[in-house]
Amino acid sequence: MTLATPSAPGADVPRGVPVRVPITVKDLKGKAEPDWCPGCGDFGVLAALKQAIADLGLYPHEVLVVSGIGCSSNLPGYINTYGMHTLHGRALAVATGAALANHEMKVVVTGGDGDGYGIGGNHFLHTMRRNVDLTYIVMDNQIYGLTTGQTSPTSIKGMKTKSTPNGNVENPINPIPLAIAAGATYVARGYTGQMKHLAELIKGGIMHKGFALIDAFSPCVTFNKENTHDFFKQRTYRLEERGHDPHDFHAAMEQAYTWGEEIPIGLFWERTDLPSLDQLEPVLQEGGPLARRPLGLTPEQGQALLKELM
Amino acid sequence: MRTIDLAIAIGGAAGQGIATPGNILARILVRRGLHVNVYDAYQSIIRGGHIFLTLRTSDEPVLSHGDKLDVLITLNQDTMDRHLKLMGPGSAVLYNADKIKPGQPAPGVQLCPFSVKELAPNVRGDLVQNTLALAALLRLVGVEFQILGDIIAHQFRAKGEAVIAENVGVARAGYDHADKHFKPFPVPLPDTGKPLAFLDGNTALAMGGAAAGVKFYCAYPMSPSSGVLHWMAAHGRKLGIMVRQVEDELGVINMAVGAAHAGTRAMCATSGGGFALMTEALGAAAMMEIPVVCINVQRAGPATGVPTKTEQGDLWQALGAGQGDYPRIIVAPTCIEECFHVVPQLFNLVDRFQCPGIILSDLLLSEGRFSIDPAELDFDVKIDRGNVIGLNGSNGHANGTYKRYEITPDGISPRAIPGTEGYVHVVATDEHDEDGVLISDEFTNPLKRQAMHEKRMRKMEGVLELLDPPELYGPADADVTLIGWGSTRGVIREAMGQLAAEGISANNLQVKWLVPLHAREILDVVGKAKRTIIVENNYSGQFARYLRSETSIVADGHVRKYDGEPFMPHHIVEGVKKVLAGTAKQFVPTHEIMV
Repeated sequence: MTLATPSAPGADVPRGVPVRVPITVKDLKGKAEPDWCPGCGDFGVLAALKQAIADLGLYPHEVLVVSGIGCSSNLPGYINTYGMHTLHGRALAVATGAALANHEMKVVVTGGDGDGYGIGGNHFLHTMRRNVDLTYIVMDNQIYGLTTGQTSPTSIKGMKTKSTPNGNVENPINPIPLAIAAGATYVARGYTGQMKHLAELIKGGIMHKGFALIDAFSPCVTFNKENTHDFFKQRTYRLEERGHDPHDFHAAMEQAYTWGEEIPIGLFWERTDLPSLDQLEPVLQEGGPLARRPLGLTPEQGQALLKELM
Repeated sequence: MRTIDLAIAIGGAAGQGIATPGNILARILVRRGLHVNVYDAYQSIIRGGHIFLTLRTSDEPVLSHGDKLDVLITLNQDTMDRHLKLMGPGSAVLYNADKIKPGQPAPGVQLCPFSVKELAPNVRGDLVQNTLALAALLRLVGVEFQILGDIIAHQFRAKGEAVIAENVGVARAGYDHADKHFKPFPVPLPDTGKPLAFLDGNTALAMGGAAAGVKFYCAYPMSPSSGVLHWMAAHGRKLGIMVRQVEDELGVINMAVGAAHAGTRAMCATSGGGFALMTEALGAAAMMEIPVVCINVQRAGPATGVPTKTEQGDLWQALGAGQGDYPRIIVAPTCIEECFHVVPQLFNLVDRFQCPGIILSDLLLSEGRFSIDPAELDFDVKIDRGNVIGLNGSNGHANGTYKRYEITPDGISPRAIPGTEGYVHVVATDEHDEDGVLISDEFTNPLKRQAMHEKRMRKMEGVLELLDPPELYGPADADVTLIGWGSTRGVIREAMGQLAAEGISANNLQVKWLVPLHAREILDVVGKAKRTIIVENNYSGQFARYLRSETSIVADGHVRKYDGEPFMPHHIVEGVKKVLAGTAKQFVPTHEIMV
């Protein structure tokens, strides 16, 4: 299974080669209707992800979307691809196992800032250093939504929430420099208010061979009264429009630390010279996906193992 | 007829190289077709402390490391001071007289001093005394020198002729010294002509996984389970098994679940503390109906506990691993052979019933080293993946009609592997409907919840039918039935022999499949028993309490041990006699060897 190229109807295809009928965003509608609050930023991520998959000509069965727990982690139910709605904080670990067991599958991980940067923080760090071939979209709303509004690892200092009624005294995580330093090889930030731009970032992430982080500002319209659509509309600018070079480490770090009256979105950092984990793993160099290989040992292998014990 | 029963102990500090002579000795013995049972008492330090390895050998199967020692090799003064008192008439004590003073032995104990300075004046390094002692020992037990010479030559093959010659020379000097000065044991070790294999329980578990077709193994290092990781790491590339060391046990089990869902057979191993971290994900595997196997090699708990000591203390942790009710299969292998056999068996079960499987081993079994009939390690095992769609490519059928969690009479729903065309679905740890849609997504539905819960739990009824119930071992009309589970089989059966010699007939019901439990069959057996005593390696009688909850059986007495060391046969004998005499309801032996 290689990445499919959409074939336009009537295109000149040699005889005997099956024509791939391109899928549309409509084909990617999931079984359930999203239960997010009206106006939730997560709708934008769902739309952007569908758009990216359709644009890339991937078929529903070629994609596995893995999530943890939280409002945003409900996403796999709303998209017509293979999906796993796993435990709180564990999506990256589960996705790593699935991606290594079938490295021909496109594995996308979706979740929130609490799920990924809080309870799942350890997996986040190690999945990046391993450069696992995953696309990780974090719907970052800087609040715990499903538990009705407590502080999150990305809540800004001073923010009043149910668990910080006098204002948050802790510093937030900045996932962008963290990811760059930890070894992620594609680090981007999108904003759900700019769906097409976000879809392009996701497409780039899926096409990227290695670990791609797309932190997406996804405002919580119910519980976060500070980081609202207005907040981001006024502040965000696109890196590509300012001539940012995503292959320049120092420029990437400088942009990554930019936060204030202006907040950058776009691709901060990319490197393509590092192999992903599946490319480094000797067992995967030939024989296709692990999942499809025959089970058990040959008599010769058994004999050799026995000989070690005699 | 048992003609040989010889126990050899080697004691010293960590870092003194005790494992090597122990392994060489075991190799020599199993090549002669002698059975061995090795238990290594050690501590959680890399250098120093006290390590005490007991190797017992016989021409008949060796069920435990036994009660007595015939040879003591002391590599330092501490070992001599601690253990000389354990030695009785007819035994021998080997030591480097340059550094170690023997103290006063019991009558009939042969002191066997040697001098490293005299026998190997020009050889440097502390390991010389090990080689001299091993060579002298082999002379004492009547093994010809050539075998040791060959093994040394093999061991140092990479270091060149000069090093080989030097080491063979040292061994020769030790052998000849013993020949001249020490009195050999009356019966030399025979050669049965039927070589045996030699391995530890962790190796057997790992090889069982390889035979079962495990393609994904991951772990976080934790004593005493790391041996499985080490075996997998050493053999993975050759056998096509991907092996990953993961950041923590949360990651381990979840990665295994992901790999299993994608279609591989996935396995992981840990000990109690790591298992505690895994429990939520085991429930998740059951909820998503993903087959995965997790080994818990129990050590003495709670918390960090005694990391290098054994216990059967995690039964209730396994029974209650994770929130809510969910189907799981739990098995505790009772001997080295079963460490190998239960793994493919369990994989077939979890594939068929789409649920997690837990193997409860312990330090005694996993790090104990045993001889085994090579015919027991038959890698040509039955592999049954159950009702699975798409492992061998897609048939493209069922577009839109497939229900991952279809409600069926036996609770088993066809499992489509991600990547299969036409069977796209979502699995969820939230409660879900037949098609995988979360029932809480819009409105919860109590009826759907109940039906799905029952569907999952119903699968367990089918599991029990496929398992062999435990069998009573020994005379049916025995005075007392000794009930045990997991690793205590060998020592209980050895105790039965000792009891018989004292005129007490005993039999043994050793339970391997813990969940589901053969409650009816166990009730049948126990109903006919004259007296029952439950023997287990924990404080609270975890199995006794479980058995009572499942069968209402209340045993007449209990023998328990929770000091970190495994039972010795006489501990059980003593306990049984006390219970039968009515002087104790529960007996906790005192371990005599300070290790």
